[in-house]
Amino acid sequence: MAAVAESVRVPPPRESTAAKIGRTVAKSPLQILLVVIGLLWLVPTIGLFITSILPRSEITTTGWWRVFAHPSLATFSNYSTLFHQAGLTSALETTAIIAVGNTALVVVVGALAGYAFAWLEFPGRDWIFVGVIALLVVPLQMALIPMFRLYNTLGIGGTTLSVILFHAAFGLPFAIFLLRNFFIGIPKDILESARIDGANEFWIFLRLILPLGLPAIASLAIFQFLWTWNDLLVSLTFSVTTLNVWIFDQFRQFSQSIDIIAPASFFSLLVPLAVFFAFQRYFVEGLLAGSVK
Amino acid sequence: MSGASVTAEPPPKAAPPEPSEQGRSRYRTGALFLAPAFFLLGIWLVYPTIYTIIRSFFGQSGYLGTWVGTENYRTLFTTSTLVTAIKNSAIWVAVVPAFVAAIGLIFAVLIERVRWSVAFKTVVFLPMAISAFATGVTWRIMYQQDPNVGAINALSRSVHGAFSPAGVLPSAAPSTTSLQQAHGGAMVLKTPLHPGGVALLGLTGIAPQDLPKGAQQAVKPAAKSGAIVGTVWRDFKPGGGKPGVVERGELGIPGVTVELKGSSGKVLQTTSTDLNGTFDFATVPAGTYNAGIGAATFAHPFGGYSWLGPKLITPSLLIAYIWIWAGFSMVVLAAGLSAMPRDVLEAARTDGATEWQVFRRVTVPLLAPVLSVVFITMIINVLKVFDIVIALAPDSVQSNANVIALAMWRTAFSGNNDFGGGSAIAVFLFLLVIPVLLLNIRRFRREI
Repeated sequence: MAAVAESVRVPPPRESTAAKIGRTVAKSPLQILLVVIGLLWLVPTIGLFITSILPRSEITTTGWWRVFAHPSLATFSNYSTLFHQAGLTSALETTAIIAVGNTALVVVVGALAGYAFAWLEFPGRDWIFVGVIALLVVPLQMALIPMFRLYNTLGIGGTTLSVILFHAAFGLPFAIFLLRNFFIGIPKDILESARIDGANEFWIFLRLILPLGLPAIASLAIFQFLWTWNDLLVSLTFSVTTLNVWIFDQFRQFSQSIDIIAPASFFSLLVPLAVFFAFQRYFVEGLLAGSVK
Repeated sequence: MSGASVTAEPPPKAAPPEPSEQGRSRYRTGALFLAPAFFLLGIWLVYPTIYTIIRSFFGQSGYLGTWVGTENYRTLFTTSTLVTAIKNSAIWVAVVPAFVAAIGLIFAVLIERVRWSVAFKTVVFLPMAISAFATGVTWRIMYQQDPNVGAINALSRSVHGAFSPAGVLPSAAPSTTSLQQAHGGAMVLKTPLHPGGVALLGLTGIAPQDLPKGAQQAVKPAAKSGAIVGTVWRDFKPGGGKPGVVERGELGIPGVTVELKGSSGKVLQTTSTDLNGTFDFATVPAGTYNAGIGAATFAHPFGGYSWLGPKLITPSLLIAYIWIWAGFSMVVLAAGLSAMPRDVLEAARTDGATEWQVFRRVTVPLLAPVLSVVFITMIINVLKVFDIVIALAPDSVQSNANVIALAMWRTAFSGNNDFGGGSAIAVFLFLLVIPVLLLNIRRFRREI
């Protein structure tokens, strides 16, 4: 399973110098093509960033790309204004609490269940596991209406907790699937000898499974964190003002509020980008585990 | 971990006939480990699924409301905004998985031959980390209609401008009814002309600063035998002036292309106006003619395609969405490629297959399982697409950009609060993903 960070290279067969030169020349159009594609792929994100550092009068009259000719137009005042906007910091806080909280919950609950499905014996285990996997494709739209009602009945509508629990539940089928498949690869001897030494299952879970399962847990945690940080639908439905919901509230006047929307949007994607770059390998491994296996 | 401890292990039981004390405690441990997961899955997934299915047969409000049978489903297929949503979702399913898979495959194959493939992968994969919502905002900025502001229309303008540049007088209109603007922009003087005639082509609606440089007092030329002469001028002066008459204070329009058309409407000669607006077709054979001004003069400057308008909004969304997911497809397919048996490819090459044949006959069939993963994943994603639509499509065109998940949300929340209708749309969405679910279960079961 290759990560972005590693590329599997096959040693090229030995060739004559002429063939080598021919190959290099033949390759350069490809190199140029790929550079162009790569740059094109970056343009929208760069555009958002530059838009976010232009005064509103400039955004609505001239294109952001003009900034390359007039670098003096750039200003970071949008950002300082942004952080004086009412509700932004609390939205940021809410987003962080939801993302961290539900990720922790999914990891713990998913690891417990994953361990049970991998290493504990009980009747109908494999069928129950298939049932859990079947839940993978239940669209969360199926739960919006009933949970909206239930939350209001219980009086927890609009709370951070309601969104944490919702995300955690919908993250679980994938979490259980991923962790169970990883845990089952842990050598049986290690667990059996611990059991014979008198260790109970909780000790095994805490001291053996969690440390050994760290790579899979890391992938899962990153996925779940990004998924919930990036969410709009769930928090919008349950009226919890996360960063995305806060930005969405500014949409009523898109072009008048562009000097708020653009910096806020760019700011909102800094955290996912940082997570992505820091843990790229786990991210891609999780992705492949979820699809290629 | 010694050998002794392994041999001391009791032989595995085929089926537990009567659970021993130890066995029962094992079950209890299992139940304990699973309890939190079952609690969450039961309340947040299983109960809602059952409730929503039942709820879809009941009316708008209340815990259950009144029984309406299949009315909500009939509404789903007869209300125009909902039908639009279904149609659009069908377009999404038809377009996105194929493009994402194709682009990902092309990228995955191309980067195999490049040393800095990691950098390329990272760049293309980057949008995957960004929220669909922020992507919507990003592309909404890209798609702004004014070519001075929207990057895509700026690009379109530079391509467009090379083929059809803007005319000198985009806003001009005829000053009298005898001069008529035909479809496509060209103006023709309806009064028939013969050699020796004079054509007066008066225009209005031109701002003084838009007049071509060097314009002088307009002159009505004297008739010349065997020739058709005339003037193109700004038939307006401060205070108004008399339409159709060249007066003092009215300026000629230089540099306008005048066409002389035969009775069949075919352009026979063209000429250009002088600084005082006059033009001269020096030798015209006997016959009946019409004079006019070519369409190019009145061509409007490129105003930008309306990417965020009702017609183009869905294609615009598809482009942005493919931009996000191409990286996913590329990474998954690249992993599939690197896991491919090299000797098979080499064998094909040794047997004299061209690169294209190797790709078409060996690589693609061997990658089929991975390609199907990309397709399945994308179909599910596309059916549930929501954030990017609500972020990218302006309010005014959201009914044109509607998709199933957005229709569900708009029906149930966002002020409408039709829980019966919303449930029916959710169930419809669920039914659409069930075939995919079956495929997934079959795939997973093979691994258990």
